[in-house]
Amino acid sequence: MKIAKWLGGAAIAATLVLAGSSAFAVTIGFSQVGDEGDWRPAFSKDMQEEAKKEGIDLKFADAQGKEEEQLKAVRAFIAQKVDAIIIAPVVTTGWGQVLAEAKKANIPVFLADRDVEGDKSLFVARISADFNLEGKLAGAWLAQASKGNCKIVELQGTVGSAPAIERKKGFEAVTSLFPDMKIVKSQSGDFTTEGGKKVMEAFIKATDNLKGICGVFAHNDNMQLGAIQAMKEAGLKPGKDVLMVSVDYVPAMKEALAAGDANASVELRSAIGKYIYPVVTQYLQDHKELPKWIVIPSDLHAAKTAGN
Amino acid sequence: MKHAGNVEAETQPASRLRAIFTHRAIWPVIALALIFLVDGIISPGFFQIRVVEGRLFGNLIDILYRATPTALVAIGMAVVIGTKGIDLSVGAIIAIVGAVITWRIHAGDPHGLVLLIALAVALVCGLWNGFLVAVLDIQPIIATLILMTSGRGIGLMINLLYGGTNPSFTSPFLQGLSVGHIGLIPTRLVLFGAIFLALWLLVRRTAFGLLLEAVGGNPAAARIVGINARLVIYSAYLISGFCAGWAGVVLAADTHTSDPVSIGLYVELDAILAVVIGGGSLAGGRIYLGMTLLGVLVIQALTTSILTSGLPPEYNLVVKAVVVLVVLLLQSANLRAALYRMFARAKP
Repeated sequence: MKIAKWLGGAAIAATLVLAGSSAFAVTIGFSQVGDEGDWRPAFSKDMQEEAKKEGIDLKFADAQGKEEEQLKAVRAFIAQKVDAIIIAPVVTTGWGQVLAEAKKANIPVFLADRDVEGDKSLFVARISADFNLEGKLAGAWLAQASKGNCKIVELQGTVGSAPAIERKKGFEAVTSLFPDMKIVKSQSGDFTTEGGKKVMEAFIKATDNLKGICGVFAHNDNMQLGAIQAMKEAGLKPGKDVLMVSVDYVPAMKEALAAGDANASVELRSAIGKYIYPVVTQYLQDHKELPKWIVIPSDLHAAKTAGN
Repeated sequence: MKHAGNVEAETQPASRLRAIFTHRAIWPVIALALIFLVDGIISPGFFQIRVVEGRLFGNLIDILYRATPTALVAIGMAVVIGTKGIDLSVGAIIAIVGAVITWRIHAGDPHGLVLLIALAVALVCGLWNGFLVAVLDIQPIIATLILMTSGRGIGLMINLLYGGTNPSFTSPFLQGLSVGHIGLIPTRLVLFGAIFLALWLLVRRTAFGLLLEAVGGNPAAARIVGINARLVIYSAYLISGFCAGWAGVVLAADTHTSDPVSIGLYVELDAILAVVIGGGSLAGGRIYLGMTLLGVLVIQALTTSILTSGLPPEYNLVVKAVVVLVVLLLQSANLRAALYRMFARAKP
């Protein structure tokens, strides 16, 4: 008798706790691209940790860089009736159908990181850094450090990718203001250390040991770290002979900046959960119309001992 | 077979010319010469070689230097293709080896031991492929696809063992094997030379090479004469695994980072391409190691030339595709026969 009563009480208490949690906890589905490079795993980890802090029930799905995996994950989120969906899109196209399904199910969709093409009314807002601004900041730093007179070699990201296109545009928007700033060599290092190193080795030969070159602009830190290795192996002093500026501010770049091998890096924040979740939870409460693009601020970190 | 050119050359002058034009080395050599010709025109000083930081330095050295990992993979691939197989997992083996090296160095193992562990892991990968192909009789393209798709994931899992995303390491010993130099010559070239020589002797100066080509050329006949095909196929995948493993050591030590997602990406395709440019047939039965090397040089000369030329990166792959297409067209027996007929008709 006593045991049965105790059990009954426990069952009621458990039900109450469960009901309570489902009434208050927000469930968010997050479809991530994959875990390539340094930045994305850090971004995934931050999203999971921030969710725990905010008491959000996060359903995390890794698309392993595949569009069809991502579509599957988003459809699964819709079937599970999550409160909101955050997508870091693998590709920019082909989203109309699945976003319409989410809208029909009354689940608001937010984009993190990359943009999508097509009907912008199908998602609430995109919350991301501005690649173009990152390029501008890098260009502005180089213009200031070289007093507007600089022959530049550029290590581009993967051809056709949004960060590569926008960082280049932003960088050139600033350098084109200075008649004596010119990109003399530009190639793709595919955002990898190996790629950056290979391309820099070729540039060193093509420009007779970077003769007359005053700056290297890399679309990400990994390529810049490869370029630093190549320059050192050719007996050059990166950060001293040549100004080195790049984007991402990964841990290895912090070390390179401290060692004086690099001069500046624009931070692409990976800890952006604290920018994304408040926007989503606020929207779930008041459903107020948001601007289509909410920009996460970028900071430029320069080494203490400037080059030249 | 490899002396076919010489035998014909000893007859008449006209057929000597014909022998040169029908020798399988001629088209890759012409392609290489054309690439260098274009380089010489658009970038003066392309062929300059100097001594910088105590080692040879220049575009030509770069081509050899950068070709080394692909060349390692390609000679292993040539052996596997010779047995009518294919090894798609070589890039994944490189990724696993890179991850294992970084992991064991972080664990504090002596660096010589790390090298042995890394090569042992590569051999285990080769053994796995050999098991699937030789014992379970799974089609090679599918059997090696399994490791190809899972290998980079295994690399990432190894990275996570000690909590790194793209962990880097420092090892004067291993880095010396990759970016160091012996005298003026980059160490990786010297070591490649040794591996190539050993493999060449094995394939061309022992009965083992004959067995490899026999198993690839006519498996049924090979079985009837009593060749243990299973053992031969096992060894082919072991050789390919070892070569890929060594390429992994070179590449991982080059950037001293473990980046399983991008290290050696698509190297399997370049290696297969090199074997084909070198005249190897995917139908098996032929192993041309020297010709494969020539194929690798064509690919790498092209890549290095594109990088130094100042061509916008959007055109990289298109240019590469066009050049490869031209080389393969020139190699086509049908097209060659047509060219020869034209040449013969032009004479009185």
